[in-house]
Order: sequence, then structure tokens, then C-alpha cells
Amino acid sequence: MTPNTAVPGLLDQEVVAQWREDFPILRQTIYGKPLAYLDNAATTQKPRSVIETVARFYTEINSNVHRGVYYLSERATELYEEARRTVQRFLNAPSAAEIVFVRGTTEAINLVAHCLGRTRLREGSEILLSQMEHHSNIVPWQLVAEQTGAHLRVIPMNEHGELDLEQYEHLLTERTAIVAVVHVSNSLGTINPVAELVRQAHARGIPVLVDGAQAVAHLRVDVQELDCDFYAFSGHKVYGPTGIGVLYAKRRWLEEFPPYQGGGDMIRQVTFERTLYNEVPYKFEAGTPNIAGAIGLKAALDYVSALGIDTIATHEHALLRYATERLQAIPGLRIIGTARQKAAIISFVLSDIHPHDIGTFLDREGIAIRVGHHCTQPVMDFFGVPATSRASFALYNTPEEVDRLAAALQKVVEFFRV
Amino acid sequence: MEELRELYQQIILEHYRNPRNFGELSEATHRAEGNNPLCGDRLTVELRVLGDRIEDIRFRGSGCAISQASASVMTTLVKGVTVEEAEALFERFHRIVLGETEPEALDLLAAFAGVREFPSRVKCATLAWHTLRAALHNVAEVVTTE
Repeated sequence: MTPNTAVPGLLDQEVVAQWREDFPILRQTIYGKPLAYLDNAATTQKPRSVIETVARFYTEINSNVHRGVYYLSERATELYEEARRTVQRFLNAPSAAEIVFVRGTTEAINLVAHCLGRTRLREGSEILLSQMEHHSNIVPWQLVAEQTGAHLRVIPMNEHGELDLEQYEHLLTERTAIVAVVHVSNSLGTINPVAELVRQAHARGIPVLVDGAQAVAHLRVDVQELDCDFYAFSGHKVYGPTGIGVLYAKRRWLEEFPPYQGGGDMIRQVTFERTLYNEVPYKFEAGTPNIAGAIGLKAALDYVSALGIDTIATHEHALLRYATERLQAIPGLRIIGTARQKAAIISFVLSDIHPHDIGTFLDREGIAIRVGHHCTQPVMDFFGVPATSRASFALYNTPEEVDRLAAALQKVVEFFRV
Repeated sequence: MEELRELYQQIILEHYRNPRNFGELSEATHRAEGNNPLCGDRLTVELRVLGDRIEDIRFRGSGCAISQASASVMTTLVKGVTVEEAEALFERFHRIVLGETEPEALDLLAAFAGVREFPSRVKCATLAWHTLRAALHNVAEVVTTE
């Protein structure tokens, strides 16, 4: 089989081989087999440029930001703010002041939920989520609903894992205080029509938060085109370090919101009687931030931009098509999540074989996949399965790895044949 | 493949495919539930204890091969033994899966020795046994080993 010609859109294998060279971790073998890392929806591997940028920061520049008057601190501050401008350009945000550095998507959502709870939510308010949300876009809203007397409402989905847009329209009411939806589902791969969801919500004056954790590494995100009020993502899912993430928020919200946490850096003047807060976005960055993380994230976004997000997307899409074809050919395999618009994530169940048995078996073949509920228990409930196995692809994955996955799953079937 | 065969021994695969003492127990005197939500392993263990003897036992649930086979093997071992003997089996099972003791030949529990090479699967193997112990001690909360 020559997958290159069989799979239109798949990149020249030499290009991908070169990309793979950028990721030192991919060189290793696991139990004597070359590592096939197919758990990219959990976290992506890091290119050398990110690893070296972080190491160089600690080796040559380390100092605190926004404080020192000396060379190193000024240099660190410069790099940190440069990282903010890189994120701004990456998302096409109107202003760098609308980019808040946080720990990750989870903290970004908690920030928005907390601040909306203090400003907009009241008894009877409705928070509109979708049925395919990650727990991190459910639980923060439950916490704030408990405090304010607001209620959660849920946009249902169909058996393909696509949102029911008709129901969505009916669920938007004068009580709806916020719509919070995932851009790309981590357990189904569905790409939601976010621009359309925003348009309808805005027609009723309702703000929209988009959980972009699974989107930024796989498709072009333009927050002005989407017109969403909030966009959240994590650095580590886009080839950057863990512990750094981004909240994009339209300036008016950042101005309106009270601070999320108190501490250093977010103030202008403090007395025991009262505190004047710093301007946005610093008002939301209390304490010493993850400086090395932010600078590492910049290196990651630069890496993605240099390759071209559209080039990456085309390659991954071809891989998705190829993998879908190969996996569907395995008797007893059922793909969970068959939306028309999908990113490179395949969740599946295989006969009655439990995902954990599949995961252990594949591990010994050097293939890393995720098994479990993927922090989306409502999705598992909807499809009536306790857990799924999930293969998720990144720019460095190859059709040969898909072939190995398919062959290993075939072996799993024989091994556990009931 | 060798280690996988060690983990998934024939006895384990056989019990997984044909679980013993599976179903509901009428006139159960003790009952407990086990749930490892991260894995999706669920079990209910029901016992009928007369005096200090486990007269009968049933389990039901769903989960991975290790958790289901472990429950099935457990029921065959503790059926008819005293509560004290069941506790001793619990202890021995733990020492075996944690690699603290070498099982004797012909010991059914020996089938689970391979689990020690797979640290993330120990919780699957032990769920049934913890649920059994919870049933014996009338613990109302759902048991988890995650």
C-alpha cells in the first residue's frame, strides 16, 4: 500500500520526516518499538525550539517581569510582552491588552465564570452550554451557578455528535447570560460552527465564550472573524509548555470585570483602606506569571506559524480520512463522533473489549492512545458507553503510524476474542 | 507480547469470557458497590453470610478484562470460606499483585501476578476485593481504588 497516493492531501513524507526531526521525544522506542504518539488531544510533544527557548530563558535571562530596573528584568519583560503580541497576532485579536496569560484553558474559563458571577449572573439567569463540553467548561459554571442561583441549560447534539442548531435557537432567551461552547470537541472531534453560534447569541445581546483547547493547534482561529467575546486555550496542546494558557477577552469585558485574584502586579496603588487596580490585562495577572511558559508558548506559536497552520490542517485532515477508513474496516469497531466537520480525533469502541485493555495492549506495541471518558462524562452517557479509546493526531503523525494502529487493533481483536 | 501474556493469562481471559457467580443473589445479607469512574469499571458484590461463613456470593458489573476476571476468580475462592479466611485471601491477593510475595503453584491467585508489571492496572485487579471487604464490613459508600 502506498498511502501517499491513496490519501489525497497528505504531505510529502520527506516534509513530515523533517518535522519529526524537530521533536526529540519522537526518536525513542517504547518496549523496543518506535513510539507512535497518538494522544495529542491530551498534550502535544514539544519541538526543540520550544525546549531550547525555555532552557535559554532560565540559563541566560531569568528575572522577574514588570519590576526591575536592571538589564535582565527589562529583557525578561520585553520577551514576556513580545509573547503577548505573538498570541495577539496568532488569534488576530485587535489588541495585545486583550490577551491575558493564565495557567491554561481551565483557569481562563474559571476566570470568566467567576467574574460573570460577580457582575451579571443572578437568580434565574441561564448559562447555556453544549452537551459535548469538557468538564472544565461545565464545573466552573456549576460552581458559579450555585453561588448566584443561575441555572445550566444544555444544547443537545445528534447521534453524529453535531449540535442541534434548531434547539440552540430556542434555548437563547432573555434569561441567557452567557453561551459557553467548545470549538473542537476533545472526545468526538466535532468542529462546532462557532461563528454562527456567536451571531445568533449576539442578535440577542448574549456574550459567548469559546473553549479553544482542541482548536488552535489544528485550524486557523481568528477571534475577530468568530466575533466571540472570550476565547480560551492552553499552550501545551499547541506544542508549548504546560502551565501557560491564554484568555482572549474583548476589552469591554476586561474593563467591566472585577479582578479575579488579588496580589502583586495587578495593582497600581495599595493602602490598607483601598487599592487601585492596574490596567488591563495586568489587572488579571496577579503574582509572578509563568514567564518562561509564556516565552515558550511564543516559540511554539512561531513554530506553528512557520510551518503554516493551513498546511498542518491539510495534513491532519488527510490523516483523519485515512485513519477513519482504516479503522472502520476493522470488524466490530464503531467510531464515536461522526460529524461532517471534524478535527483529527477518532474516538472508538471495539466490540465488547474494554478501552483499558486496548490501551494496555497498544502501549506494548509502542502506541500511545488515550482511554477513558476524556473528561466528558455527559458525552459517554449520551452514547451509552463507559469509556472510549481515542487516537488524536498532530502534525508529526504519519500514515505508517495509522497502519500500525490498525494492525495492533486487529491483534487486540484476536487476543480478546470472546 | 510475553508480558501481555503474563498479564492476560489464559485463566484471566477464560474468567473474563465466562464469569462465574455472575448475577443477582437472592437473600443477600451483605452488599457493596465498587466504581472506578476514570476507568469505567463497575461492580456490585452480594454475599449471604451465615454465622461466620460466606454461604454464597454473586457479582455483576462491567469493566476491563482484569477487573471482571478478578471478581469472577474472587467469587470462586471465597464461596464457602469463613469471613476470616476471606480476609486472609484479600491480604494474600494484595501481596501478590504488588509483588510482595511469590504465589505458590496451583494457586488461582497466581494468575494475577503479572499485574505487578502494569502499575496502572493494579487498581483494576483490586476493585473486586475491596468491594468484597466493604460488603463484609457493611460499608455503605461506593468503593473506589482509583
